[in-house]
Amino acid sequence: MFGPGDDVLVKNDWPERRGPAHIRTPYYVRGVRGKVVRHLGDFPNPEDLAFGRPADARPLYHVAFDRHAIWQEPAGDDELLVEIFGHWLERP
Amino acid sequence: MDNESLRAHHDLGGASKFMCEPVDIEPHGLTDFDREVDAIRQILGAKQVVSVDELRRGIEAIPEAEYHRLSYYRRWIRSLTDNLLRKGVITEAELKAALEAK
Amino acid sequence: MSILDTESERLLAAVRDLLAQKGIASATEIADRIAVTDAANPGQGARMVAKAWVDPAYRARMLQDGTKAAEEVGIPMRGMPPLGVLEDTADQHNLVVCTLCSCYPRAVLGYPPFWYKSSAYRARAVRDPRGLLASEWKTVIPATVKLRVVDSTADYRWMVLPLRPAGTDGWTEAQLAGIVREGDMIGVTIPAVR
Repeated sequence: MFGPGDDVLVKNDWPERRGPAHIRTPYYVRGVRGKVVRHLGDFPNPEDLAFGRPADARPLYHVAFDRHAIWQEPAGDDELLVEIFGHWLERP
Repeated sequence: MDNESLRAHHDLGGASKFMCEPVDIEPHGLTDFDREVDAIRQILGAKQVVSVDELRRGIEAIPEAEYHRLSYYRRWIRSLTDNLLRKGVITEAELKAALEAK
Repeated sequence: MSILDTESERLLAAVRDLLAQKGIASATEIADRIAVTDAANPGQGARMVAKAWVDPAYRARMLQDGTKAAEEVGIPMRGMPPLGVLEDTADQHNLVVCTLCSCYPRAVLGYPPFWYKSSAYRARAVRDPRGLLASEWKTVIPATVKLRVVDSTADYRWMVLPLRPAGTDGWTEAQLAGIVREGDMIGVTIPAVR
């Protein structure tokens, strides 16, 4: 689905506001642009595992974010790496 | 940031209310309580009775004030109990009886 | 008041009894599991770091597949989450956190430290890592070095392969392992000859 170097946008979605949910995409990256570092492998979707539902394997990516893109505070060129499932990513 | 108004209370990265809180970096040893809760979680996970994902969901469901009041392993035993009840591994009647027997 | 609001120690005692009665977790199983978990400790990760410092081929294998590299030095990894290793360089310093709970590379480092699980660490590490490291650990990362914070949000567990300090030429692996601390492999401190 995504390859190293791809620009991605994390979906600005808030499932936990609509009902019980278990989300492993931190609030601070939702709606934020990043860059795929690599595909880490495919793992069962924790959003389903958390409720004992059958969970299909989903691709997991390591995505790099410029910290300044998240918090509009002086940040130099430090970065944040977050593991994000493919279904939370779209092309900008 | 706007996202912060939408964050769940366990989703703590960059949460403003904790940005000025000092970190206690002293090494605090684990108590017998801690070790036993940890071991029980591992056994329940290995036997597929309660998964680590279910544990996390149970922790995230703890009301905010209680979440912050409870120490790490106290959150775990509360979540494990929640999950054991939800999944019918133990019943509330059994739990009440076991509590009264102590 | 929900039954879940019952005091933690009482909940544990009741759950322990019920799990034993139902044949799910006996006292012996619990004791055995505690013993195995207690055996994991930061010295295991330190051995991996020391070996990587003296053996460039092992370093490459460790960066490629942390799980296999851990098994190579005798650390049991069966059933454990995949281990990722983050390489510090002259230009980059890595810091590990789990903002959502407290995911930690337990198989190679043992139980997570108290501070790693705290709300303050989880909040500050991603938003003000330099301030956090300087104020709490007196660790100052120079402005010329990029700081990369890795938030353990899913299936991987992460440890840092720190830089080998100056003043250690000719040291044995055992001597090198002796100066690698738990915090060095999370990124809050930097190994030094003390």
